Amino acid sequence: MSTRTDLPLALLSAVGLLAATTGTFLEVAPNRLLSGSALALWHVPPAMGGWVVLALWCWGLACSLLATKRGLSIACALLVGLPLLAGAGAHRLLADAAVHTTRIQLGAGFWIMWLAAALLLLDRLRGARRVVQLAIWTGVVVAFVVAGWSGAFADLALVREYAAQRDVFATALRIHLLLTLGTLGLALAIGLPLGWIAWRRRRAGNGILGVLSLVQTVPSIALFALLIGPLAWLAQHMPSLQALGFGGTGAAPAVIALCLYALLPVVRYTLAGLDGVPRDAVEAARGMGMTRWQVLARVQWPLAWPVLLAGLRIVSVQAIGMVAVAALIGAGGLGRFVFLGVGQGAIDMVLLGTLAIIALALLADLVFQAALMLTERRG
Amino acid sequence: MIELDHVTRRYGETAVIDDLSLRIEGGELFVLVGPSGSGKSTLLRTINRLISIDDGAIRIDGRDVREVPVASLRRGIGYAIQSVGLFPHRTVAENIATVPRLLGWPAARIRARVDELIAMLQLDGENVLDRYPHALSGGQQQRVGVARALAAEPAIMLMDEPFGALDPLTRDALQSSIQAIHAQTGTTIVFVTHDMDEALRLGERIGLMESGRLLQVGTPLELLRDPACERVRAFVGGENPGLRELSVRRVRSVLRDGEASSAPAVDADATLQQALATMLEHGSDVLRVRDAKGTTLGVLHLTDLLARKP
Repeated sequence: MSTRTDLPLALLSAVGLLAATTGTFLEVAPNRLLSGSALALWHVPPAMGGWVVLALWCWGLACSLLATKRGLSIACALLVGLPLLAGAGAHRLLADAAVHTTRIQLGAGFWIMWLAAALLLLDRLRGARRVVQLAIWTGVVVAFVVAGWSGAFADLALVREYAAQRDVFATALRIHLLLTLGTLGLALAIGLPLGWIAWRRRRAGNGILGVLSLVQTVPSIALFALLIGPLAWLAQHMPSLQALGFGGTGAAPAVIALCLYALLPVVRYTLAGLDGVPRDAVEAARGMGMTRWQVLARVQWPLAWPVLLAGLRIVSVQAIGMVAVAALIGAGGLGRFVFLGVGQGAIDMVLLGTLAIIALALLADLVFQAALMLTERRG
Repeated sequence: MIELDHVTRRYGETAVIDDLSLRIEGGELFVLVGPSGSGKSTLLRTINRLISIDDGAIRIDGRDVREVPVASLRRGIGYAIQSVGLFPHRTVAENIATVPRLLGWPAARIRARVDELIAMLQLDGENVLDRYPHALSGGQQQRVGVARALAAEPAIMLMDEPFGALDPLTRDALQSSIQAIHAQTGTTIVFVTHDMDEALRLGERIGLMESGRLLQVGTPLELLRDPACERVRAFVGGENPGLRELSVRRVRSVLRDGEASSAPAVDADATLQQALATMLEHGSDVLRVRDAKGTTLGVLHLTDLLARKP
C-alpha cells in the first residue's frame, strides 16, 4: 500500500471541518429583507446532526491519511445530508419563533461545506466509467427531488421565497427554457449550413469565423442595446412583425443576440466534426455512386454528429447562463429574480434565480452527457 | 470493354495523362503498373469520373461515360481503394450492402448477396457481419472493402492499390482471392499497383505507365522477353529478370511425361520459381508434377527451366 496522503480528500475535509467549526450554518432573520443573526452548526437543532457532520469531515481527514481512495460515500452523505439537516433545523427554529415573518437563511458555512462535498464527489468520480458517473449524479438529483417533494426543505427561506412566487417562478422557468431552446434552434438552423460552407470553402470559412469571433468580444448587454434601435425600427415599419411580439425589447432581440453568440461554437464544432470524417470513407462513398446529399446525410453527418453534440453541450450551458442577462431587456426568464432581488435587497430571491439557473445548466449538461454516451456506444 | 481514346488530363500546365489510348477487353484482369506519380491512379479514376478528362473520350461497351448520369455510372462499377474507406459507423453487413441499398434491392436479396460475398471472400466462420470495421484486422477490412465493391455484381471493378498497405502474407492471400473471384465471376478488373511482382502475378495483360503515357502494353511474358525500351526492361526485369520470368510461368506449361516416384512433388499450377525453390530445398534436379488431387501428371527436370518455351 502506498503511504502517500490523498491530497484532495485531505484538503476538502480540512476546508469542510473549518467551515463546520467557524462558519455560519444558518441565519435567523426577522423578515425577508433584513439580515439575520448567525447560528453555528452545533446550535442548529437537532444537535446530533451537527456532530454527525463534524464526524464525517473528521473521518474524511483520517481516511486521507490512510491513502486509500475513499470518501465517495462521505461526499454523497454530506451532499444530500447537509440540506436535509438545514431543512430540519429551519423547521425546529421556525416552530420556536415568535414572529411568522421570520426567515431561516442558509449561511456561508453551509455553502462552503456543500461546495466542498460537491467537489469531493466530482474528484472521486474522476476516471470512473461514464455510466457510474451518470448513475451517481442522477441518484443525487433524484434524492433532492424526492426530499423537496416531501417538504424536507419547506421552512428554508429560499423555499419559502419560491412558495410565495410559485406561479411567477413557473412562468419564468418556462420562458427561460423557451428562450434557450429558441436560441439553440436558431443557432443550429443558421450555424449548420454556415459550418458546412466554411468546411467546403476554407477562405470563406476563415472570414465567417473571424466575424463570429468579433461578435464574441462584444459584451452581451452592449449587444442587446445595439439591437434595440434597429429592431424597434423594423417593428414600427412592419406591423405584421409587431403583431408577433417582435420589437426593440423582449424576446426577439434576446434570441437574436444570444444566437449570435452561439453561432461561433456551432460553426466551429460543425467544422471540426466534418474535418474529423475520414477522407477515405467520403472518397469511397462518392466512388460507389452516392450523390453529394447522400454522402452528407449517410456518411458525413452521422460521423460528424458526436463532435457537434459535444459542442452543443457547451453551447446550451452557455446559453442558459446568458439568457439570465436577457431579463434586462424585458425578455423575462429566471434572470428577472436575480435583478429584482438585487434591486429590493432580497437575497433569497437572488439565490432562487441563481440556483435555478445553475441547476438548469447542470441538468442540460447531464442530458447531453447521456446523449453523448448513447452515441459513443456504437462504433 | 473499356476504351480510352486519346485521353488527356491536365493539372495546370502539366498533363498527368498525356494523349493516352487503351482498350481493355471484357472479362480481362488488366493491371496498370508504374512508379508513383505516373498517372495510373488518375487514369483509373477517370473511368468512374471521379476525375474529369480534358480531352478525348472514355467508352464502356461503346457508350461514352459522360452520357451516363454520374451516380448510376458509379453504382455499376465496383471501386476498391488502398485505404479501404469502410464506413466506421456502419456494421460490416451494412457496409457491404451500400450499393445494393442505393439501387433499391429488396432486403431478402441484399441479405442473400451479403452471405454469398462473405463466403466468397472467406470471411465466413468469423462472425464479422454485425461487427464494426474498427474491430477487424487490416486484411479483414480489405476483404470487406472488396466485398462491398463487388456487392451489386458490377461488370467492371476498379481497384486502386488495394493491397498496398497489407503485410506480405495477407497480401498473398488476397491476391489469390482476387484471382479466384475473377475466374469465378468473369468481372472485368482494372487493377492499379506500383508493385511489379504483384502486377506480374495478377495481370493477364499489363500496362506500364510513366509520366502519363503507356510505355508498353502486353502479357507478363511479353513485357519480360520483349521490352519496348530500356525503361521497360529496367522496370519489369529489375535486378534479376531471369527469376522474374520463372515467376510468371507455370509448371504445367513445361512438364514432360515420365516417372519419378521418389522425387519431391510440385503442383502443376505452381510457378517455375516455386519449382526451382523446391529443387534447391531438396537438392534434387527432378520433380514429380501432380495436380490438385494428387494425381501424377509427369516430371520436371532442371533443364526444362532453361528452355524458352511460352
